[in-house]
Amino acid sequence: MKNIIEIKNLHKSFGIEDILGKINLDIKENEFLTILGPSGCGKTTLLRIIAGFETATSGNILFGGKDLLIFPPHKRNINTVFQSYALFPHMNVEENIAFALKIKKENKDIIKEKVTKMLNLVNLNGFEKRRVRQLSGGQQQRVAIARALINEPKVLLLDEPLGALDLKLRKEMQIELKNMQKSLGITFIYVTHDQEEALTMSDTIVVMNKGEILQKGTAEDIYNEPLSAFVADFIGTSNILPGQMEKDFEVYIQGVKFHCIDKMPDTKDVDVVIRPEDVEISKNADKFPLKGEVINVVFFGVHYEMIVKVEDTLWKVHSTVMTKPGEIVGIDVSKELIHIMRR
Amino acid sequence: MKSTKLAIPYIIWIFIFTIVPVFLLINYAFSTNTGSFTIDNFSRFFSPLYIGILMRSFYMAFWSTIICFIIAYPVAYILSTKEFKNRNVLILLFIVPMWMNFLVRTYAWLFILGNNGVLNIFLGFLGFPQIRLLFTDAAVLIGLVYTFLPFMIFPIYSSLSKIDYKIVEGAQDLGANSFYVMLKIIFPLSLPGIASGLTMVFMPAVATFLVSNILGGGGYMLIGNLIEQQFMIVGNRHFGSAISLILLALILVFNMLISTLIREEETN
Ligand SMILES: Nc1ncnc2c1ncn2[C@@H]1O[C@H](COP(=O)(O)OP(=O)(O)O)[C@@H](O)[C@H]1O
Ligand SMILES: [Mg+2]
Repeated sequence: MKNIIEIKNLHKSFGIEDILGKINLDIKENEFLTILGPSGCGKTTLLRIIAGFETATSGNILFGGKDLLIFPPHKRNINTVFQSYALFPHMNVEENIAFALKIKKENKDIIKEKVTKMLNLVNLNGFEKRRVRQLSGGQQQRVAIARALINEPKVLLLDEPLGALDLKLRKEMQIELKNMQKSLGITFIYVTHDQEEALTMSDTIVVMNKGEILQKGTAEDIYNEPLSAFVADFIGTSNILPGQMEKDFEVYIQGVKFHCIDKMPDTKDVDVVIRPEDVEISKNADKFPLKGEVINVVFFGVHYEMIVKVEDTLWKVHSTVMTKPGEIVGIDVSKELIHIMRR
Repeated sequence: MKSTKLAIPYIIWIFIFTIVPVFLLINYAFSTNTGSFTIDNFSRFFSPLYIGILMRSFYMAFWSTIICFIIAYPVAYILSTKEFKNRNVLILLFIVPMWMNFLVRTYAWLFILGNNGVLNIFLGFLGFPQIRLLFTDAAVLIGLVYTFLPFMIFPIYSSLSKIDYKIVEGAQDLGANSFYVMLKIIFPLSLPGIASGLTMVFMPAVATFLVSNILGGGGYMLIGNLIEQQFMIVGNRHFGSAISLILLALILVFNMLISTLIREEETN
């Protein structure tokens, strides 16, 4: 696949404050790329620079191999679904969706046909004449998507588009958006701070923090092989424990030796990342290397989530073994499920 | 219950200062000196002389409203743009004259527009011939525009500054250049402000008598002058009341016209 967007050494500062470091990122044609990061890390700023609403302090963006930043927003073949929708309050649904084509002075019949197609796509047939104020949040969201897609942009930017919707609707829209992206063959650059959303929708996830890209990879890569404690912490509810390594393939966690499959990094002190579902527990505590007291248990339908206190450290454990608070359990982790990260 | 009690002072206020005067006007307009019922006061108005004065008033008010709008819209727009740094200075520039006494402000124009006034001195200085402005329609028009301009600027400014900038970005994102953004987004969304600006200028302009008195000269007659004359000079408050009622009715019609026009524009 060819790169549709290449971001090169993109830097942005507001006054003396650096908002984006030196961002380098290639985005492929037809890719569903998600930029994931905590609030305030610069996701919106990055999207706004791509859309043209913000200027870059330095660096460059290529769009289909050509310079993008020299064009004003209205001349970029990129459309945006805004976080707050930014629908036109004085126009009805149909007029909102047709806006881009009317600007282009497109033929009336073609406009009608395409609007109908878009209404079908986002399931809003029959809502043509509704004023946007009379729509629910979910329906407004759909209008915003249809309005941005009617121009058949090469790239669609979506800034936390589902943030204002309730959980059930959000899940439905996630699936619909993913299907739309596949069937239309458009590159989606999707911004969110919700790791679950990122994991379920994306071909590629870019994890950002403080204006820097920390890791780029598939959902599996990011989830299974986080490169830093921050990514591990942000992507899942992992256990991040302090550990020490004396040599390769051996790590001391809370003073107890575990085998692992990672080599020793250049420092002795490391972060050990263990996902809750990878922790094994046993009621026969003395059989396992570590033991601790169960202090909390919650049933999650298929598994129990429990907090186990080992000396002064809390472990989060997902297991089908039922325990009760106060119980003493043994803890073990098999070597391939221990992830070592340098501090 | 509580809110009805709180409303009592306002009801009294409206009663004393709005309803009572209107009833007095109606009472005078439909009666003769001796107090008997008549419609002569109204039929008297429908003569070429008075209709001419009425037409002229509407003509002057119409043009001063149009000119106010043409000046006010760009000013309000510049004031409302977020890049504009000296907003407060400019707003003050328009507000300070409003603190000055209305008469003083209007008399100042006498000195500017007069045959030996500032404007003509300046023109002479540049080698242009003098122009006679004072006591003409043009002078009255200038006075009206100057007096009522803030009433056009502020409602438009307030509706422009309420427009969410995200909506403008949304339009640009979909391919609209600045011209289309203006035409399809900003202008339509400022229509409520335009509507109140138009009525807030037109209504007092059509009823004015002071501006026309000072800048139009003694013989200059607008409908406001006619009413004033009937009450203060001729002493015929019956005819004066009838003209007032006719003017009131016309203003109401104008008002309704503007608001339905705007509402139609907004919905299509
Ligand atoms: N126009 C601006 N002027 C100054 N600071 C800004 C501006 N826009 C955003 N910022 C700052 O840049 C940082 C990143 O913001 P943003 O890109 O909106 O983050 P995110 O979308 O990841 O939550 C924040 O600290 C924010 O305060
Ligand atoms: Mg944001």
